[in-house]
Amino acid sequence: MAVYTMKEAKPAPSTSKGLVFWLRENLFSTIPNTLLTLLGIYFIYTTIPPLLDWMIFDATWSGTKEEVVKEGARWIFIIEKFDQFMYGFYPEALHWRPNLVAIISIIFVFFIPRLSSIKIKFVSMLLYPVICFILIRGGLGLEVVGTEKWGGLMLTILVAAVGIIASFPIGILLALGRQSDNMPIVKTLCVGFIEFIRGVPLITILFMASVVLPLFFSDGIEFDKLLRALIGITLFQAAYIAEVIRGGLQAIPKGQYEASESLGLTYWQGMILIILPQALKISIPNLVGSFISLFKDTTLVLIIGLFDILAMVTLTNSDTSWLGFEIEGYVFVTLIYWVFCFSMSQYSRVIERRYNTDH
Amino acid sequence: MNNSKLPPTSSGLFNSPKNRAIIFQVLSLVVVVLCIFYFVNNMFDNVAKRGITTGFSFLGETAGFGVSQALIPYDDTSSTFLDVFIVGILNTMLVGVIGIVLASIIGLMVGIGRLSSNYLIAKLSLVYIETFRNIPILLQILFWYNVVLAALPSPRQSISYFDSIFINNRGLIVPDPIFESGSSFILIAFVLACVSVVFLSKWAIKRHDLTGEEFPLVKVSLAIVVAAPLLVFFVTGQPISAEYPALKGFNFKGGITIIPELLALIFALSIYTATYIAEAVRAGIEAVPPGQKEAAESLGLKDYVILRKVVLPQALRVIIPPVINQYLNLVKNSSLATAIGYPEIVTLFSGTTLNQVGQAIEIILMTMAVYLVFSIVISMLLNWVNARMEIKGR
Repeated sequence: MAVYTMKEAKPAPSTSKGLVFWLRENLFSTIPNTLLTLLGIYFIYTTIPPLLDWMIFDATWSGTKEEVVKEGARWIFIIEKFDQFMYGFYPEALHWRPNLVAIISIIFVFFIPRLSSIKIKFVSMLLYPVICFILIRGGLGLEVVGTEKWGGLMLTILVAAVGIIASFPIGILLALGRQSDNMPIVKTLCVGFIEFIRGVPLITILFMASVVLPLFFSDGIEFDKLLRALIGITLFQAAYIAEVIRGGLQAIPKGQYEASESLGLTYWQGMILIILPQALKISIPNLVGSFISLFKDTTLVLIIGLFDILAMVTLTNSDTSWLGFEIEGYVFVTLIYWVFCFSMSQYSRVIERRYNTDH
Repeated sequence: MNNSKLPPTSSGLFNSPKNRAIIFQVLSLVVVVLCIFYFVNNMFDNVAKRGITTGFSFLGETAGFGVSQALIPYDDTSSTFLDVFIVGILNTMLVGVIGIVLASIIGLMVGIGRLSSNYLIAKLSLVYIETFRNIPILLQILFWYNVVLAALPSPRQSISYFDSIFINNRGLIVPDPIFESGSSFILIAFVLACVSVVFLSKWAIKRHDLTGEEFPLVKVSLAIVVAAPLLVFFVTGQPISAEYPALKGFNFKGGITIIPELLALIFALSIYTATYIAEAVRAGIEAVPPGQKEAAESLGLKDYVILRKVVLPQALRVIIPPVINQYLNLVKNSSLATAIGYPEIVTLFSGTTLNQVGQAIEIILMTMAVYLVFSIVISMLLNWVNARMEIKGR
């Protein structure tokens, strides 16, 4: 009786797995593909090594600028001017105040949403901006620092944060106004405002705010330059937020509106308890997208003469003992913006996945 | 807001949603009108107090400043502020058109590259998108202008191509075409060729519908459009020639100089906008259900036919609306030229003219009006495209 002995399975041919297979499949599958790959390798070869050399291997990190003769980046400029890039002309002895605000903000963003008590949440939401304002500007016994001394990354973040927070309620109201079909006048006003703001560049709105706005008020009322910029940016952002939220509102099924009405809820009860939470949830990715654009757009305040972090490059460079260091300045600011924007966009992807309810 | 605890009023005036809507609307209208009245009143007061003249009569006055680039004849001793306004609009449009064309080309390539089966190309495209869309556009403009273009050599050490195109820190200098008599025939030939291509394509589609035979439309059309003007060019005795730039003294004479401000603006705008266009292209192609492609493959269609007749028509419906919005963004972002002094509408009008005339309200409103017209035109275009591309049900 013949006994059939099972043979050992042969390993898969090297052409259908492993590194060689992967390379062949993904890089060299056809002739055009091979050419593209070679082109890509050539491109990487010509850009990455020189860039790394410039940024890291040939770069100067310490010493005085007179000693620097090398080809690479002279980061000593950034190190020397770091405080100005971060705080502008904010007095050095008082840097602990913006730092404290940063710590409070981190606590606020990460810990307040986890509190269970609505009352504490509400109170802290009201107190937070007041505390931050007093800490940065001064008053109540603290030394007052005028807004003309605010600058650098501190100003950039401040402008973005005020723009985001202040424009949010206005944006919601505008979106609701635009959606209110039974109030044609309110709707027209909202549509007019939104379309006007969205049709013109931010820079013209900033010019409007800085040049024309003071003419609108009677003599006693003086507006600070920073405040005018903040008003312009808030109005601009509100129009964009309104459109994002309108998208969310339109995505809510009609049944939800009808259900809230049938429960006998008033318009505002229905909106606050039923419609808006759902609409805002849907809008989160787009809201983050619009926050990212706002963060990038804060650079425009340099055109009306505020010293955000980008403006600091030109300014620190005009110091006669530090001429010719723009490249390092621009690259440093680029990295900061890139890190902020990239992490925000990654964060929005995380949220999108977390709230993704369809299967 | 919460009326449920109030005793119902006998008239029911506030309980009826209709009445409430009317009351609320009247209230908001009154508030808006009062605000506007307050602002306008103060505005006239302030304007009178500061002795600012009002009205648009300044447009007829001589501007008296130079403009580094003008598409219409401009002369700083006789041109008026109205001319400045027009120069600004035309320069904005120039940036817009060149930027849109370049951004579309780069965006299309990168968007397709992102979906490439080639791992390296897909990753490089991803890196390109994530790098440039996360850097503020103003920073990119300043970087190109203050770092890259400023590092170019002086006119004497220009980088040259074929001894006719020169790059230096004064800009890009290219030959200037000279149109002699007879050159209009070439234009006529070109227009006629385009018209004939339109008729040809109609005929080809009809024939395809009737017989199912394919006509090599793209190749033939391209041949007609290129060959006809070229033929006329040689028949009429080569009436178009070029004036070549030449180094005279410290700078180039002749040719067309594309100023560095324009170059920096175009580079930055098209590279930045292309990242958004690339993402739109990718989203559009990914939105076509894979079953569509598989079905077409199972019918035995060739790859390029699948792309042209199955994938692209469905993808374009998703791609085009966001891309048109990006075009509008590009035009609006061109206003940042004011940071490097390229003479477009914001630089010339909200900048230089405002400084000279001081009539802030008129000048800023006019600048805004220009952009509003651009955005209305672009959104009308968008609506028209959307209406045409709509899936028509029975």
